[in-house]
Amino acid sequence: MATAPVGSAEPLMSAPVAQPRFSAKKVLLKPEMGALAGAIAVWIFFAVVAGDRGFLNARGTASYLEVAAELGILAAFVALLMIGGEFDLSLGSTIGACGMIAALVASEYGHNLWLGIGISLLFAIVVGMANGILVLKTGLPSFIVTLAMLFMIRGATTGMTLKITNRTQVGGLNDLPGYDTASKLFAYEFHLFGASFAGSIIWWLVLTVIAGWILLRSRFGNWITGAGGNLQAARNVGVPIERVKILLFVGTAVSAWLLAMIQIINASSADVVRGEFKEFYAIVAAVIGGTLLTGGYGSVIGAALGALIFGMVQQGIVYAGVDGQWFDFVLGAMLLSAVLVNRFVRMRAVSTR
Amino acid sequence: MTVANNRDSAVELRNVSKFFGNVTALDDVSIDVHYGEVHCLLGDNGAGKSTLIKIISGVFKPDRGELLVDGQQVRFSSPRESLDHGIATVYQDLAMIPLMSISRNFFLGTEPLTGWGPLRRFDLKHADQVTRDELSKMGIYVRDTDQPVGTLSGGERQSVAIARAVYHGAKVLILDEPTAALGVKEAGVVLRYVAQARARGIAVILITHNVHHAYPIADRFTILNRGGVMDSKTYLKAEITREEVVNRMAGGEELDDLSHELAEFARRDEALADRELQV
Repeated sequence: MATAPVGSAEPLMSAPVAQPRFSAKKVLLKPEMGALAGAIAVWIFFAVVAGDRGFLNARGTASYLEVAAELGILAAFVALLMIGGEFDLSLGSTIGACGMIAALVASEYGHNLWLGIGISLLFAIVVGMANGILVLKTGLPSFIVTLAMLFMIRGATTGMTLKITNRTQVGGLNDLPGYDTASKLFAYEFHLFGASFAGSIIWWLVLTVIAGWILLRSRFGNWITGAGGNLQAARNVGVPIERVKILLFVGTAVSAWLLAMIQIINASSADVVRGEFKEFYAIVAAVIGGTLLTGGYGSVIGAALGALIFGMVQQGIVYAGVDGQWFDFVLGAMLLSAVLVNRFVRMRAVSTR
Repeated sequence: MTVANNRDSAVELRNVSKFFGNVTALDDVSIDVHYGEVHCLLGDNGAGKSTLIKIISGVFKPDRGELLVDGQQVRFSSPRESLDHGIATVYQDLAMIPLMSISRNFFLGTEPLTGWGPLRRFDLKHADQVTRDELSKMGIYVRDTDQPVGTLSGGERQSVAIARAVYHGAKVLILDEPTAALGVKEAGVVLRYVAQARARGIAVILITHNVHHAYPIADRFTILNRGGVMDSKTYLKAEITREEVVNRMAGGEELDDLSHELAEFARRDEALADRELQV
């Protein structure tokens, strides 16, 4: 340690030292490194086990990328929220509600589908703001507040839909005005190597880049980490905690809305149970990606890698010829090992110089 | 040292009282803190130190009396307003975010920006450069300002928090128990930096239990006791010795009792040791 003798009041001018550009240790201690290693390992595993059964070809790749994309859209914003120190368990039922609102406005009330899309977006923003304001005003953990919202939104969605249609599903969206233009935005497909890839993959990549840029390069990103790392310290230096947290909740709610639109356009129908367990899967992807449950530390790139692992395992198990029910077991085991690896990385991060 | 009696007043409390229900937290307290001086605020737990600094930093409003900054009467309704008047408070544990990088911590809340429009972004290069320069001025060497603050020692962390406040234009620095959790060497690192802040003309309010840390660096001492100022005056360093400060803090009689008790313990220990020797 280069400290001057105690008692000297003169500033010690040390020679300017250049900032190291690259250090192997620094790279290895990045939060997403565990997820990167995990993604490579999972890919190699299924390439060996199921490579000759279609996991490696373009169609196999397209299938796991689509699963990864749908989760990854949520995981990018869930990671931001978790780094900001909060959870959003309500996004699963927000997916169901947004899809159903859009479908009902268009199909039951005869409006253009775009009006339904717009109204459901407004609904998502209101849900996000309500979550944020409730958490801030009550001081309760967001885990509990959004868990309550999860049930309230799911119950209200089912109740309203039954009251209006007597069913829990609304179909036939492809016959409605506005569907064709909406499908160009939400259900665009592109062809590569003879297979068709879902447009949600583009949404996923673009949103990951935007969310990653926000976290690492913007002032708001610094506020997110500050708010999640030490709320009081961040408040003391003037970070607008309320604004940061409310916007983060709006972010997860809007990502739920986007996924809902992609799903109803793809399926041409809405179902009140859509999005079930997505709130937990998104947290799993973020945690596998190196994001801490306690906030203040994590990675958007890691969350994307976590979603990629999720997609590869879910589809890879099927390609390997194993009963798909084993997926949940593997997912749980991966979550547990990811938490252990993250803890180790974090301890190394603050103990090395 | 020349007695800095005629330096400008930075912060002054005039006859300030603060009540919480029936409890009188501060009773008719007056202190005057000057630029370029370290004003040491001493006192036992519950003496009113926290309440006093929270009034200056805008957390509480005084129920009676006046708060003056640069000779002008002010009323703060939030910590932000106090901050805007150049008054920065560095709390012992709440200063830094351990898993965040040093330069990100240094500029948290005051991030320098570059670029324009939607691509307006946090100028990390500038942040790294400034942080590196400010740390080296303090004699803290880090290989990389991108490393988490958690890799710094407690004293270095505290020093970085002080450097941050000074760099961002603090004119008045309130340090709440800056050396409480630190070893002797570490405390030295922090106190050295407090001396540098004073040399820059900053008014420092140093809250502490530890007279031995405070005495060498302080220019004035105010001892709080049960919400009031002991002897109703602030002492210049020339007017009071270290022993007198200790004595007044503890309350002279209580300290005498304590030394009697300690002597009694020592006697018993000796007796015990003698008996063991005989066995």
